[in-house]
Amino acid sequence: MEKILSLKNVSKTFPVGKSLLGQPTKFVHAVNNVSFDVYEGETFSIVGESGCGKSTTGRLINRLLTPDSGEIWFQGKEISKISQDEMRPLRKDMQMIFQDPAGSLNPRMRVSELIEEPLLIHTNMTPQERMKIVNELLGIVGLSDKHAQRYPHEFSGGQKQRIGIARALTVRPSLIIADEPISALDVSIQAQVLNLLHNLQEKYNLTYVFISHDLSVVEMISDRIAVMYLGFVVETAPKDMLYKNPLHPYTEALLSAVPIPDPNYKKERIILEGDIPSTINLPKGCPFAARCSKCRPECLEQRPEQKEVEPGHFVSCHLY
Amino acid sequence: MSQEVLLKVKDLRTEFFSSKKSSVTAVHNISFDIYKGEILGLVGESGCGKSVTSLSIMQLLKDTPGKVTNGEIVFDGVDLLKASDAEIRDIRGGKMSMIFQEPMSSLNPSMRIDKQMIEGIRLHTKMSKEEARNHAAEMLKKVGIPDPQRVLKNYPHQLSGGMSQRVMIAMAMSCDPKLLIADEPTTALDVTIQAQILDLMKKIQKEEGSSILLITHDLGVVAEMCSRVIVMYAGKIVEEAPVEVLFNNPTHPYTQGLIASVPKLGSGVKVLPSIPGSVPDLASMPQGCRFAPRCKYATEKCRTQEPDLVVVGENQRCRCWLKQEG
Repeated sequence: MEKILSLKNVSKTFPVGKSLLGQPTKFVHAVNNVSFDVYEGETFSIVGESGCGKSTTGRLINRLLTPDSGEIWFQGKEISKISQDEMRPLRKDMQMIFQDPAGSLNPRMRVSELIEEPLLIHTNMTPQERMKIVNELLGIVGLSDKHAQRYPHEFSGGQKQRIGIARALTVRPSLIIADEPISALDVSIQAQVLNLLHNLQEKYNLTYVFISHDLSVVEMISDRIAVMYLGFVVETAPKDMLYKNPLHPYTEALLSAVPIPDPNYKKERIILEGDIPSTINLPKGCPFAARCSKCRPECLEQRPEQKEVEPGHFVSCHLY
Repeated sequence: MSQEVLLKVKDLRTEFFSSKKSSVTAVHNISFDIYKGEILGLVGESGCGKSVTSLSIMQLLKDTPGKVTNGEIVFDGVDLLKASDAEIRDIRGGKMSMIFQEPMSSLNPSMRIDKQMIEGIRLHTKMSKEEARNHAAEMLKKVGIPDPQRVLKNYPHQLSGGMSQRVMIAMAMSCDPKLLIADEPTTALDVTIQAQILDLMKKIQKEEGSSILLITHDLGVVAEMCSRVIVMYAGKIVEEAPVEVLFNNPTHPYTQGLIASVPKLGSGVKVLPSIPGSVPDLASMPQGCRFAPRCKYATEKCRTQEPDLVVVGENQRCRCWLKQEG
């Protein structure tokens, strides 16, 4: 399979606080030395808890944010430092679906306008051609052309997310970055949207970067998964390897914390002590050391390197 | 589990008035019991009336357009709907307390933790300030806060989400309540913190013997915590059953659909069965069974006549025509 996207040692910090002279005094280290590859046609998921940098990573890929250092390769082109003008045509191939469907649709635009906007930017189609595509897309995402003239507030959350998906599909992208696309939706609607995403992937050979905190959803949809903690990728592996044989103690704890909807299922739960540390002052050693039950002296002193423990299974931990 | 009833809700109906004449009914004549020492789950999707039910029980609808228009809520022998404000104040926060979804916004941001906790304790007990403070520290320790003296001096913004939820639980438990109502207590928290809080609630329930009404949309949390479950849909109870029965043998098509549509860790499926359509608007409820427009088994009868909630098995009730004909 072809590599479509590749991140190499990407880091991003955000300044916080200001000194008298307006200089930032502290930095939030949101993404630290993140590297991974995404192959064509696969679903690559980034999982982690709030504040782990998964959304920032998604925004860096789409260049909604500019990384401080590192390289981002998309379709054989290095995009981490190019200007927004150079980036714009590339976004035709790289679209995004956001978490909050209500907040990501302009409330003053009709559905047809929302969906055709990417076509106005990226193509020279006539209005008739555009409307044809809009109606076609509405059908594909499970709405109908009678919805085209309505405004976003007339739709339910699940329907709004379908509009968001239709908008992302208008320019036939090869890569879709979906940032928690179903977490704002009700349980019965989540399944509908997940199934839609799955069908679209088969139909259009889409590549997904799927950002989520829900490990049961990620297991269903992904081919490969990266687990993030405190801005670091701690483990990357194909789905089956990760769920059957989690290597990093954090992945293990995360998996064991997921409540299973089956009262007969009894499992050993690893309860992590304490909270996620602040990303302003990163720990010197392993980012997870403070909460890890297997922590050893070197974990506090030295940051672990990423190692390939079995083919395709990368982990950053001193235990391996 | 003893079968002594602690809270009896009968024909509860809560309406929200937009003007004197027009209203929407958020909770539509529901009845259920909570037994002593059990964890009862109340599940449903947004807008099904589960939170309004809890607010009605706690009598917290005073300053909203909401009003309980029918029914009785008998708690420990007292009908809360007929009780005076003073009696309610005595019960609320004392024998019956509540934790909310947003720990951050349920604590007073301009008050230190100690002040907030002592205020509640002294309202319901005869403790002196000193004693109340010690009791508060003890409670914080019980909920697993490592340094209670420091946390007592903190303001809510200095605590993380998990920590504030622990403070909320400590506060709710500080007067030995007989009933704890937890409205989506872990929804705003991360999975690993959720595991900590659920573990803590279970431990407290076991040690103190209180009953818990756990309101959630997460079936995983239900399976792990509850002994009995009530499923609500569009303001009505559609099914009630012991937790094993509900997951192994759900009878209402909505419950079946809901359980099937949740991805299960380790199941290996790629496509989930899903319920078509979406929850009906409270202002324009379908005639007949409220789930009929989304139900694959719906018949003409379902679309015109509303079924009753009837007993379909041991401790199991279900509101569906399919289960009432055979």
